[in-house]
Formats: sequence, structure tokens, C-alpha cells
Amino acid sequence: MRMLASQAKTELKALLGEAYCLDKPEALVAYSYDATPMQQALPDLVAMPKDTQEVSEVMKIASRYKIPVITRGAGTNLCAGTVPVTGGIVLVLNRMNRILELDEQNLTLTVQPGVRTKDIHAYVEEKGLFYPPDPSSMTVSTIGGNIALGSGGLRGLKYGTTKDYVLGLEAVLPNGEIIRTGGKLMKDVAGYDLTKLLVGSEGTLAIITEATLKLIPKPAVQRVMLAMFADLTAAAKTVSEIIANRIIPATLEFIDQGTIRVVEAFKLIGLPTDMAAILVIGQDGEQEAVERDMAKIAEICRQNQAVQTRLAHSDAEAEEVMTARRSALAALSRLRPTTILEDATVPRAQVAPMIEAIQHIAEKYRVQICTFGHAGDGNLHPTCMTDARDHAEVERVEQAFEEIFAKAIELGGTITGEHGVGIVKAPYLEWKLGRAGIELMKNIKRAFDPDNLLNPGKMFAKETRKRVVIDRAADR
Amino acid sequence: MQLTDKLKQTLDYEELSNCMRCGFCQPACPTFRETGYEAASPRGRIALMKAVADGLMEPDQDFLDQMSLCLGCRACEPVCPAGVHYGQLLEQTREAIAETVRHPWWVRMIRSIVFTHLLPHQHRLYRAGRLLRFYQRSGLQKLVRRFKLLKLLPAHLREMEAILPEGNGTPLTEAVGTFVPAEGERRGRVGMFRGCIMDVMFHDTNVNTVKLLARAGYDVVIPPEQTCCGALHAHSGERPQARELAKRNIRAFQAAEVDYIASNAGGCGALLQEYDMLLEDDREWREAAGWFASRVRDISELLLDAGGVTPLAPIQRRITYQGSCHLRNGMHVTTQPQRLLQAIPGAEYVPLFEADRCCGSAGIYNLVQPQMAGRLLQEKMEHVSRTKADILATSNPGCLLQMKAGIHRAGLEGRMTAVHLVDLLAEACREKE
Ligand SMILES: Cc1cc2nc3c(=O)[nH]c(=O)nc-3n(C[C@H](O)[C@H](O)[C@H](O)COP(=O)(O)OP(=O)(O)OC[C@H]3O[C@@H](n4cnc5c(N)ncnc54)[C@H](O)[C@@H]3O)c2cc1C
Ligand code: SF4
Ligand code: SF4
Repeated sequence: MRMLASQAKTELKALLGEAYCLDKPEALVAYSYDATPMQQALPDLVAMPKDTQEVSEVMKIASRYKIPVITRGAGTNLCAGTVPVTGGIVLVLNRMNRILELDEQNLTLTVQPGVRTKDIHAYVEEKGLFYPPDPSSMTVSTIGGNIALGSGGLRGLKYGTTKDYVLGLEAVLPNGEIIRTGGKLMKDVAGYDLTKLLVGSEGTLAIITEATLKLIPKPAVQRVMLAMFADLTAAAKTVSEIIANRIIPATLEFIDQGTIRVVEAFKLIGLPTDMAAILVIGQDGEQEAVERDMAKIAEICRQNQAVQTRLAHSDAEAEEVMTARRSALAALSRLRPTTILEDATVPRAQVAPMIEAIQHIAEKYRVQICTFGHAGDGNLHPTCMTDARDHAEVERVEQAFEEIFAKAIELGGTITGEHGVGIVKAPYLEWKLGRAGIELMKNIKRAFDPDNLLNPGKMFAKETRKRVVIDRAADR
Repeated sequence: MQLTDKLKQTLDYEELSNCMRCGFCQPACPTFRETGYEAASPRGRIALMKAVADGLMEPDQDFLDQMSLCLGCRACEPVCPAGVHYGQLLEQTREAIAETVRHPWWVRMIRSIVFTHLLPHQHRLYRAGRLLRFYQRSGLQKLVRRFKLLKLLPAHLREMEAILPEGNGTPLTEAVGTFVPAEGERRGRVGMFRGCIMDVMFHDTNVNTVKLLARAGYDVVIPPEQTCCGALHAHSGERPQARELAKRNIRAFQAAEVDYIASNAGGCGALLQEYDMLLEDDREWREAAGWFASRVRDISELLLDAGGVTPLAPIQRRITYQGSCHLRNGMHVTTQPQRLLQAIPGAEYVPLFEADRCCGSAGIYNLVQPQMAGRLLQEKMEHVSRTKADILATSNPGCLLQMKAGIHRAGLEGRMTAVHLVDLLAEACREKE
């Protein structure tokens, strides 16, 4: 037992019951990882509370014995957010998976944190309502995880991300106290906006135990189109063109050739593997408006050298395309043993220069990088296929990514658009925030969690990476 | 050899590393849905295997339990974007376990009877079939039931006794010969894989399969030297035995010079189609295994390729279909059985909610993991009963037995019958004549 006093263990077992408080090796291994490559660490204990009260009691015990607590939803994050690097308790919330209330008068949905994102969609859509955030991991991810990371999705361009749909929260503080923020309110300026502060707080400030979400009416129709390009830059430019033409599609996704090929290998749906890039463009709303937008978008694509545009003829076909896009990351992992994905985000108008820069950087460091992403949001996922066992190569990969981050910031962007900081981006956070920004955030953390119990080792790095100097010759 | 070392030897480390831990497989996994426990999910099991290979954990009792709780249904495979061959990893793990670990006595007994003494010996199976028939017909079964002798068996085995179909000791080759010529225009030469238990417990289904194939225009050969496919062996860690059986089958069908090899049991077909992987490391057999694997087809594929089964007498019934996991996840036969059912005149086809989820049968899983199997079956029967179907069709003998058990348990007898797809089609065919 590394750091957990046996007394604390006894108390936790008495509280939760033996079945929901595990310290056998199998359980420790099973909760030692998330979807982040090359990151794994064993906790000392796995706790599975059934309600807010139990979460609060766990926190009281943990704070009495000063034990770190790492909250976990489905463990699909890509920033090592749930890897217990300091040991301690992994607090698994998937037993708290009830939908508590649908308020059709106020158009809100109140849920426990362990509800799966996809289940929320199914539940509200049956009632003609709509919860837009749809991270690609939505069949697995939990709403608690989505909120704690402020997750985005394929519909982010038009509808925004998780942060735009959280109206109120219930959360447990490190000392076990239970707070409530916001409510079924469209307006609320009573004090600081704690709701927004907890969204994206990565389990470092409080444990979210209930959330009230904003719903909107479900759009009448949805259409999806593929636009194919023989030239990468032309595809990237089209993204900015569409937006400059004052059309906001629901979805505007970019997929490069390398990614198209693996996705097509996974799901044979007839994607063109000979194209340099494709755009997946979706629009929803009233029939007439959607048809008009789609026609106009197709026109813009053609003007920008699209070789072909193809409209999905049925909802099933549209869903197939979207599912294929969602599998991009995992499908890329077929190519090499280790897959590292990044999340660089730039202002929309800078998508083309960013994609070009990524290509140059990959060539410069001799690493294989495929790029896909929510191009309409300026949120790209350059993904590197490598082999963790080849240390020399992994080092070049790291250098390449550092240069990509630096380039993103130079273009007015950020190091992560939606995947969070966790462990993997922590060394770069200061690049984005500056020293004063980091200090302020650390003070906020201290105010919530003076003993640094919640998800320690995340967000704030011991050391900031030295800023790389971009080789100007490489990015013209 | 110790289990740890054995695992390090049998597990394909590259394949373990191919899992990128996205978790996309979890919603498809029955044991994860039942428990919500990461270790009982495909991602968790792969992580456990890798942890053992990495020396992060010992393969303790919890590890063994977790590996046997897995149904081996492979629902996690088609949904895995990274293309991880979970079934292979599981078999590799079970092979290592089978070679080094002692099971409890009753599991050992079942395994030894089934794997070593019965399945590989077709004549013993026929003899057992005749015994069973005698037991069922002579009044012995009634006597046994009357004196409640079955009380000696655990409940789930008792139930199996109740739903066993009538045994049959007549080999398929005796019933129809070793060659049945095509009717009408000839489409090709099919080798009929009769299966081991299949030919005893589901003799009529085999006869019907041959008839349907011949009617669809295939010359049907039934090589008498063929044997058990080895699937139950492979799934339970007896891969070396499975390899020996595979070689016997390859030899038999090569000699018969067939264009296709027809299977009417998803559980068998999936392994037959993976003989190439099973014998991958065997230089001498690799090529022949490839020849064999590439020819295996499910009966529903062959029938649909021939334009379906016509003409059929109308069946004025509500029909639903529970898929076979290995047919879908192993052989990638997804819609063919439904399409055949939908084409039956007069029948109303109602889709079964979650027809792609394991019924809990899973080879001998329902015998050795009665609890989890029972939970899955109960859920399945709730969905089945909601279809209000008169006929529940399946395409694998194990599933068929499990569905019969389910109907029995849910008290749906008299309202619903479970049948093999082939028997349903054959009956409609006969009535037309
Ligand atoms: C293939 C793939 C595709 C993905 N696509 C997207 C995408 O399109 N968009 C996107 O934004 N992300 C994406 N992700 C990342 C990830 O799925 C999301 O960030 C998701 O929101 C994580 O949810 P989770 O339930 O798995 O959370 P976890 O991974 O379990 O946790 C994530 C973080 O939240 C904290 N946390 C979890 N629950 C709570 C709680 N109740 N209270 C406080 N803190 C909590 C954890 O401590 C951790 O820091 C993808 C991941 C994968 C593997
Ligand atoms: S879907 Fe495939 S890659 Fe993803 S966790 Fe499951 S097995 Fe691993
Ligand atoms: S084979 Fe079936 S039970 Fe086993 S891990 Fe895969 S989905 Fe789950």
C-alpha cells in the first residue's frame, strides 16, 4: 500500500460496501489508464459511489487523510486526465447514470454525471428536442466527462460546445461540502459564474454530481454532403470561404487522404481514397433553408476546385458518413503501434496556413502525421502514427508537436481546442496563458482545493517547456 | 511452465498494442453492460492481458475469472475502429490458461468429456445420439423425471435436459448419401460441413440444408472423413487440439475438390473461416488452410447468391430472428438470414431489438457460467416476448438450444417456437410441393 492509510481504506469500504470499493490488482489495472497513449499509473483504490451523498462522504474521508481523488467518467479523454499519476482513489461515477428530469416547459434536462452522452441524445430526440454537443466519443463518454473537459463535437460550428449548454451544476468540494451553481435560468448574474468555471475544470476543482442542461427544439431536417478535393490547400481554403460567405453549417469537417484511407478500410462506405482531402459538410434546420444552404455550399466548393460534391440521399447514409468520421482517430491507430493525436486550434480563417504548416513540420521531422478535424471551428487533429518503443522517433514526434503548438499560438490559436490539458498539455499551458494567467489559475485552484487533493499533477506542470523557435523557412 | 511465462509466449504483443483504449467497444459488450465494470469490458480485458505481459500484474484468480466471464461473442470486434482481433487474443489467453491452470472438478469433467472424448469421435457422438433417443423415447426420461432424479444436477443442467431436441444416431451420409446432385441449372460444387453435435442433435437440419442447397443448384458432397470443426476447443483454450481437427477437415474437403464449404452453424463457420489464422504458424499447412478458409460460406449466403429459396408455401405467421454472434462478428454475415426470412410469402417479419446481442449461449458458456448466461437470457427473452412473434428463427444450434431454454423459462411455450432458419425454409419448400 503506497499511500493509503489502512484506516482510510476500512472507512471507505464500510461506507461504499466491499463490492464498490476495490483494491484488488485487477481493479487497479482496469482504472490505471484512459484513451491517452503511453500514460498509465496504478491507483491505490477504486471507489464507485452511488449518489451525491456518498461522493461527499468519500471526500470527507479523503480530505481527512489527505488522499488524492481522481474523478472518472468513461475514461475516454486524451489528455491523461484520469490517469492517477500520484496514486490515490479513482472515483468512478458510472453508477450515477440516471436521467433525473426533463422539464419541457423550461426546455432543460437534469442528469447525473455518469449518463452517457449518446443516451441523452436518444432520450431528448424522442421528445422532439435536441442536445447538440456530440463529441466523437459520445457512444461511450459521460456527460460528467464532457462537462469537465468542455467537450466539443461535430456540430460545434453552428451550435457551440458543451459549455454553451450547461445551465446549472451540483458539485462536491474537496472538503465534502455540496454546492449548487446556476439553475434552470437563461440569465443569472448573481456573483461569479461558477458554472462556467467548473466547465472545463478537468476534475481539479470539484466533483460534478448533477447537471442541468439546456435543450433546443430539434431541427426539422439534416443533410450531409461530401466535397472532394485533389488539392489539400484548396480544401482548407474552402472552409474559410464558406464561412466568409456567411453560411454557418452545422458540421464542417476536414479529412486528409491518409485518414480517408484508414477510415474507408474500417467502414467500406465508398469514400474516395484517391483524393487529397474531403470536407464533410452538414446542415440542419427547416427544409427550404437547408436545401438553399446546401446548394450554395456545393457551388462554393466547386468554385474552389472541388473535384466532386456528393449529397447523402438518406438519413442512414448521412449517419454512415458521420460515424465513419467519428472513427477517424481510432482507425488511424491501425497504421502503427502508437497513435498520438493533437488538438491545435486556430481562428477559422487560419485553417489553410495551419494545415500547410503541419505538412511542412511533419516532413521536417520525418514523422507520419495525418490531419482531420473540426475545420469549421479551426480545431484540427494532427495525428501522428509512431511506435513508443522507438525512442529516437518519439523524440522527433515531440519536437514536431511542439512546433505545431507554437505555430498555432503564433496564428492566434491555442494548444488544445477540446481535449483538455491534463498531463500531456500541462508543460505548454503557460505558452497560451502567460505567467500571470497561470498564477491566477493556481490561486483559483488553491481557493477550491487547498490541499491539492483533486486530480493532482494535472493542468499545472512542474516546469514549462522552453518555447520553440519556429523555423521560418519551413512555413513560408 | 508458469501461467505468466506461458501468457507472455502465447499473447501477440503487437495485437495488444493495437488497442488504443478508445473504449468504442464497450457499449457492444454484454458483460460490461451488465456490470459497468471496466475490467469486464473488452478494453479492460485487453489491458489486463497487457498488464500481465508487461509484468504489471500477476495472472491471479480474478484475472482467470475475468477471462472466463467473457462470452467470446466478439461483439467487440466489428465496432473496433482499430481493428483489434479480440477473439484471437482471448483464444491465446485461454490456451495459456488451459495448459497451466486446473479448473474446478465439474468444469474439468465437462471439458474432458466434451473436448477429448466426444467431439473428435463422430461415431461416439452417433452412439450418444442413439442413447439419448432411447432415453427420450423408451419412457426412461419420464421415469427419471417422475422420480426427480435430475435433482442431482445443478439447475441449469437440469434445464438443458428438458429442452434437448430428440437425439438421432443416423449419420447424414446414411440418410442422404455422400453426393446429392444439383436440381436445375448447376451453380457449383458445395462441400457440406455437417458439424459434430449438429449431425446428432440437429440431424434433420442437416438433411434440410443439403436439400435446400441441391434445390438452389449446388452439387452437394458430404465428405465422410470430416470431423468436428474445433471451435469449442479453440474458444476454450484447446487450440492444439483444434489445429489437429482443422487438418483433418482440410484434408477431407480438399480431396472432395469443392468450390464452397457450406456451414449451417455460425459457431462452426466462423472458426472454419479462420483456419488460416489458426494454422498461420504451420508452414506445411498454411496454404491449404487458406484454400479452405476462403471457401467457407454460411448457408444463408449460398442460398441468397442463388436468388433465394423459391417457390415457398406461404407461412402466415409472425417471425423474428435472433442472430448468431459468430455468424455476424466472425463470418461478417449480417443481413442475409433476415433477407431470407423477409422473402417468405405470407410471413410478417418483426425485427428483434438488439438481435445482435449475445443470448448467453456462447458455446459451453451457459454450462460453465450459468449466472451471467441467465441474466443475458432473461434480458433477451424480454425483448423476444415484446415482438409477439410466433416463430423465433436462429442460425446456430447453440443459440437455438438457448432460445428453447429461454422460451421454456419465460413460460412462452405453446405461444412461440424456436427453429433453425434452414428448417423453416425447408418446411415452406416441402409444403409447396
Ligand atoms: C476516439 C475518440 C474521439 C474523441 N472525440 C472527441 C471530440 O470529438 N470532441 C471532444 O471534445 N473530445 C473528444 N474525445 C475526448 C473525450 O472523449 C472527451 O473529452 C469526453 O468528454 C471524455 O468523457 P469521459 O466520460 O470519458 O471522461 P473521462 O475521460 O473519464 O474524464 C475526463 C476528465 O474529466 C474529469 N471528470 C470526469 N467526470 C467528472 C465529474 N463528474 N466531475 C468532475 N470531473 C470529472 C476527469 O477527472 C478527467 O480529468 C475523443 C476521445 C476519443 C478516444
Ligand atoms: S474499440 Fe478497439 S481500440 Fe478501442 S478500446 Fe476497444 S479494442 Fe481497444
Ligand atoms: S467477446 Fe463479447 S463478452 Fe467478451 S469482451 Fe468481447 S464483447 Fe465482451
